[in-house]
Amino acid sequence: MSQLVQIAPLAPAEGTFPAVPMLGLDTLWFQVAGTICNLECTHCFISCSPTNHAHAMMTLDQVTSYLAEAKRLGVREYYFTGGEPFMNKSIFEMFEAALAQGPTSVLTNGVLIKDKTAERLQALSDASDYSFDVRISVDGYGPEDNDPVRGAGTFDRIVEGIAALARVGLNPVITVTEVCGEAGTRAGRTRFIELLRSLGLAQPRLKILPLLRIGAEEQRARGYHKWESLAGAHLTGDELAALQCSSCRIACASGVFVCPILIDAPGARMGDTLEATLRPFPLEYSACFTCHAEGLSCAT
Amino acid sequence: MRDVTRVAFLGGIYSNYLALDAAIRAAKARGVDAIWALGDFGAFGPHPDRSVELLREHDIPGIQGNYEESLSSNAEDCHCGYTDPRDNHYAQISYDYTFAKTSAAYKQWMGTLPKQARLELGDQRLLLCHGSPRQINEFLWESNTPTPFIDRMLDANDADLIVCTHTGIHWQRRDDRGRGVVNVGALGRPANDGRTNVWFAILTSGPHGVQTEFVPVEYDHERLAREMTEEGLPDEFVETIRTGWWTTCLEILPAKERARGQF
Ligand code: SF4
Ligand code: SF4
Repeated sequence: MSQLVQIAPLAPAEGTFPAVPMLGLDTLWFQVAGTICNLECTHCFISCSPTNHAHAMMTLDQVTSYLAEAKRLGVREYYFTGGEPFMNKSIFEMFEAALAQGPTSVLTNGVLIKDKTAERLQALSDASDYSFDVRISVDGYGPEDNDPVRGAGTFDRIVEGIAALARVGLNPVITVTEVCGEAGTRAGRTRFIELLRSLGLAQPRLKILPLLRIGAEEQRARGYHKWESLAGAHLTGDELAALQCSSCRIACASGVFVCPILIDAPGARMGDTLEATLRPFPLEYSACFTCHAEGLSCAT
Repeated sequence: MRDVTRVAFLGGIYSNYLALDAAIRAAKARGVDAIWALGDFGAFGPHPDRSVELLREHDIPGIQGNYEESLSSNAEDCHCGYTDPRDNHYAQISYDYTFAKTSAAYKQWMGTLPKQARLELGDQRLLLCHGSPRQINEFLWESNTPTPFIDRMLDANDADLIVCTHTGIHWQRRDDRGRGVVNVGALGRPANDGRTNVWFAILTSGPHGVQTEFVPVEYDHERLAREMTEEGLPDEFVETIRTGWWTTCLEILPAKERARGQF
């Protein structure tokens, strides 16, 4: 699931840039399905698709070795993303390994979650002391909003996935990206909560992503401007600490990158091990401007 | 001076002065050497000054929570750390009421309290904080505070035991040597378990190290509920006091804690 935000070019801009310190590795992401996805959403910021092999699937060995390192470093939480994580054949073993040492979330488009999958997820959740969160994103309140973006028939399949989780007693977090005007309103929210209740979720957990994505899309449509970078900017310690890259890293099949947003930027690959990436990172990308200006965080 | 071997820790009081009074009595009846308050004296409940008066009357040392930090600096909100709009809506009602009803002198006093404190109990070095050692409003829930992360916090702070509150649900995780976290829960509202009692914690050092006891506190919750209604506080808050189920500030709960509640 990579529909976080639309981002301008991934080549570093020119100038001198503030560097974000690594304050402590709290959140470790796994780009577990690389850029392979069963869907091909129009807004996917890393253009995932069934045939995009820019980033490969991670192996179970890769994930467990990063987990071992993460344990030594005292990581607080784990996020699995892709592409579509459920395209990875070892995904359940990976969840199990992560849940043995910390709270774990998976960002999925939900369409591969059938009853059997839901039952396995429920068993994994029950077996751990830590919370296991399944996060599913939908674009809008029905097929008319969602399907043009995510593909024909996807809204119904997403909703079936949510219902399958509800049947086994799992309570996914549903993220709605605001593509239709009323998404942020109280009425829109109520309508969506009613939908989730009707799917069997007694305690709907709904997160509406703020309008920032639309703002970012507009920026992209306008094209990249030089001023949309942090060149020459001075960020306070608090402002730097508010950026997710002050406390997160993402492990991919090809190494460890600074954050989930920049995995397509070669310059954002920081090392082979987590330890090697515990150092400051210069905020050279226009995406960094968006993060700072919009208060963006992938962990929602 | 007698050795300190038994200490009571009071989590968020949230203006529940009736529960605070009952807890102080219960702690004294158990022969504690000291009582510490871990912040968030006001919020949620009625007549915030009454809780402060009790703390001062009993000479109870305290550290700041996010409420004390906000109230003493005239902040516009409580900095509770919620992210959901509905949670924030109710948090704002609670803060605005508490801000208006807390006397200027008490606000100023709150600003003089430390943000952390250290105690030695037996052979354990305790670090008292409101949220976490690094952030006054960080939530340490049982299901999202893994053991490796606890070890990292302890090492970074030269401590053996973190004693904290902020989440409102008590829990602990400690290793064989007793190192770990004790979240003492809250006196202000029930633990989202369908029971009307609230909780605090007593730590006792003895031959087998430092033992934790979570103490349930019964109090006149019907009276508190009536006073909250009289003060115009939201029905949702009153319902929590009457039923023991949280009705607000729910979206911040991790999956496991959320699943145990009613809403
Ligand atoms: S579902 Fe797949 S294609 Fe769509 S945004 Fe997520 S990763 Fe990209
Ligand atoms: S894109 Fe955002 S999260 Fe990534 S390095 Fe830049 S500021 Fe940090």
